[in-house]
Amino acid sequence: MAAYCIAIVMAPLLGALIAGLFGRQIGRAGAHTVTIGGVAISTVLSLLVFKQIVIDGGPVYNETWYEWARIGSLPLSLGFLIDRLSATMMAVVSFVSLMVHIYTIGYMHDDPGYQRFFSYIALFTFSMLMLVMSNNFLQLFFGWEAVGLVSYLLIGFWFRKPTAIYASLKAFLANRVGDFGFLLGIALVLMYFGTLDYREVFANAQNVAGASITVWHGQPWAVVTLICLLLFVGAMGKSAQMPLHVWLPDSMEGPTPISALIHAATMVTAGIFMVARMSPLFELSDTALNVVMSIGALTAFLMGLLGLVQNDIKRVIAYSTLSQLGYMTVALGASAYSVAIFHLVTHAFFKALLFLAAGSVIIGLHHEQDMRHMGGLYKYMPITWVTSLIGSLALMGFPGLAGFYSKDAIIEAVHSSTLPAAHWAYLAVLFGVFFTALYSFRLFFMVFHGAERLEPHARKHLHESPAVVTVPLVLLALPSVVAGYFMAPTVFSGDFFGGAIVVNESHDAAHRIAEDFHGSGAMLLHGLTAAPTWLAFAGVAVAWLLYLQRPQWPALLARRLSWPYRLLLNKYGFDGFNEVVFAGGARVSGQVLWRAGDRGLIDGLAVNGSARAIGWLAQQVRRVQSGYLYHYAFVMILGMLLLLGYFVHGIGR
Amino acid sequence: MIPLSHYLVLAALLFCLSVAGIFINRKNLIVLLMCIELMLLAVNINFVAFAHFHHDLAGQIFVFFILAVAAAESAIGLAILVVLFRNRRSINVDDIGVLKG
Amino acid sequence: MELGIFYALAALVLFAGTMVITVQNPVHAVLFLVLAFFGTAGLWLLLEAEFLAIALVLVYVGAVMVLFLFVVMMLDINLVPLREGFARYLPFGAAVALALASVMGFILGPRYFGLAQFPPPAPLPADHSNTTELGRLLYTYYLYPFEVAAVILLVAIIAAIALTQRARRQTKAGRPEWQVGVRRQDRVRLLSLPAEKPAKEGGA
Repeated sequence: MAAYCIAIVMAPLLGALIAGLFGRQIGRAGAHTVTIGGVAISTVLSLLVFKQIVIDGGPVYNETWYEWARIGSLPLSLGFLIDRLSATMMAVVSFVSLMVHIYTIGYMHDDPGYQRFFSYIALFTFSMLMLVMSNNFLQLFFGWEAVGLVSYLLIGFWFRKPTAIYASLKAFLANRVGDFGFLLGIALVLMYFGTLDYREVFANAQNVAGASITVWHGQPWAVVTLICLLLFVGAMGKSAQMPLHVWLPDSMEGPTPISALIHAATMVTAGIFMVARMSPLFELSDTALNVVMSIGALTAFLMGLLGLVQNDIKRVIAYSTLSQLGYMTVALGASAYSVAIFHLVTHAFFKALLFLAAGSVIIGLHHEQDMRHMGGLYKYMPITWVTSLIGSLALMGFPGLAGFYSKDAIIEAVHSSTLPAAHWAYLAVLFGVFFTALYSFRLFFMVFHGAERLEPHARKHLHESPAVVTVPLVLLALPSVVAGYFMAPTVFSGDFFGGAIVVNESHDAAHRIAEDFHGSGAMLLHGLTAAPTWLAFAGVAVAWLLYLQRPQWPALLARRLSWPYRLLLNKYGFDGFNEVVFAGGARVSGQVLWRAGDRGLIDGLAVNGSARAIGWLAQQVRRVQSGYLYHYAFVMILGMLLLLGYFVHGIGR
Repeated sequence: MIPLSHYLVLAALLFCLSVAGIFINRKNLIVLLMCIELMLLAVNINFVAFAHFHHDLAGQIFVFFILAVAAAESAIGLAILVVLFRNRRSINVDDIGVLKG
Repeated sequence: MELGIFYALAALVLFAGTMVITVQNPVHAVLFLVLAFFGTAGLWLLLEAEFLAIALVLVYVGAVMVLFLFVVMMLDINLVPLREGFARYLPFGAAVALALASVMGFILGPRYFGLAQFPPPAPLPADHSNTTELGRLLYTYYLYPFEVAAVILLVAIIAAIALTQRARRQTKAGRPEWQVGVRRQDRVRLLSLPAEKPAKEGGA
């Protein structure tokens, strides 16, 4: 197992280093060979580990390998924890990464930064694996930061584009805000548990449960609540929950493969993974769970609405990702951690599929991304068309496909949750299904059906994408179809993740689902009559109506409902708020500090001021040096007088 | 008997006279030099008085040396005065401040 | 009795000092300074410092003051502009002097230096030679400073001469002792030159 860990982690890293440092020497073929080789090794071994631990029920592997520093009595170490949760994540991450690597050969074929891109995505794979395989908070944070960094590098991959630079900075800064909360949470953990190791923290969780801390104004907070809330702030940043969601749509500035890899399947799910990993802590705090659920529900519903008004194909999918992340978060709030991870896995497949399909459309149309210039593509790109259909059906929760099982499970979990927030969270996720179906089939119909609104030069180059592009699509479509059916029984058996996830009896929604579960087929049949399915079909019908039958109606609706429409177009004003308050505020404070602080105080007062003061003093002192004898004599006499006076005074005392 | 304080006060008064003389006589370099001689005289009186009252001849020895040095100093001072006068045709202190910055 | 002599001499000295700084003519000032020195010599006699008293008169008055007089009389000083600033500076100088005098007088007064603190010494016998005593000290314990003082005087002499010496004017004085010793060989030398060649024919 130790050897597997080394290989899984180091192979992509080595590939990344070689491709990055020696890219020019080994050429394009060399770069993609070495990185794909590394990630392939990772994938194969991860699947082996998955088989060993999850399918065969092997023992949990938790070893600390190397203490790389020691601060006082606190060891900072490198270690790996391979249990069912991390094995699942490893399998998903490495598999999707491999698909994206292969896809990139076709997508980035003409790009001058070919080797750099491969180096980055291999580096990303390494970072994400370190994150999910870590056994202590510090290594988790290392992976956390590393994926944030690589995300920044990749979003700004086309660094000559100003919008890309803006987006990469936005992503990094929003993540930074989350990371700050995350770091505070880790600091609190260290403060109250005295250790950063998962095993020790979770073992002592009950002991700290009763402790409280005064944050301000004599208001005591439960320590565990505060820790969980702060950790969740980190998850909000990384998994793009409101209000730190603003970076995800902008991250579409990066090439499509990374949108698929990072911003659909892996990096954004790091937050979900982290909360699931910290389940022993979250279970001790109802407040934190309520907050998690509320924010998740808000995100799920409101972001879904935004997907309805976007015209860029990638943005629609981006908002879809945001919405689905909200779903996962709601599941976490309902203490159905296994269901959330299940949705994470299925979502990884079909969302990556959707992104890669969108990328296929984009390169097919020679880098056209506006859906208003697409239409009727099903004739020209059949494989892309079929796989997109499968992805969209999986996303909306078509009975029997992967998304159906995981999404319905989430809705059930929220329904049976006893938390105060669950009432309206249930409504949010339920109606969110309608909008999910609506926007995903809006996209599908606008792109592949209906009248052709293509630009002439795009029309000329139109053809199906090469095999390196379509094969990953097919390979991702397969799990999107069958993963749900086959995974559901094991997930809903109630104990899929074993000791990795701890759930309190009072919260145990997943257990209730397990009680109700009578097999995948039964669930499928039951689902046909359940509300979510009907809502989903209704959404498809509305999309069909608005975009195929009556294409002039959407514009009419937009004019009639101009106020809500503008609100949606402005993304609820978050971007505007951030730009004016935070960015503008930072700029203004920078200006003020520059003018008043830097120029006025430091330069003017301290530096120039002290020089001027010395100059002034020198001028005054210069007048003493008159060169005039009588002045000197007078000063001498005066001094003598003063000295004498002093002694007289002293003697006379 | 004459107390020591009388001599000392006399010397002090003489000294102050010469200081006043320096301040008053800005125009006359020669009187300036003479005021310096007066100052030295006052100091000498002090020394001799103390030598007398301490039964220690060291004070008188010191006066001896002061006399010698004062003579040397006045000689050189006058020589400078002469050379100055040759060049400037004036013994006004204000007129010889040409090096003043 | 002694006290009366003291007061008389002290008054003389102070009067002379005041005159030195206030009188217009510099020659008068020098003469008043000489008077001050004489008074001081008298005081020193009172203090049983006979040698110094005589030395003051002989050396200081006799040499230094005479030097002063030489210089004063030699320089052609314009007296009028000298008095211009007198009234202007008088109050200032007087104030400073007064302040100084009062402070010094306060310390040097009888409180600390009176008869109680410093009892007058027993009068010396009539045959006591101040000079011998001085000489005894000077040539044994203070020999080194004595030599140094001598060197200082030497330096003063050289400096004074070096400062005031003028470069000699260009004079056309002759040196007869040298002129007489001139020989014919030093003045005349006979050369034999060949006769001039005639010019070449055809040269134009």
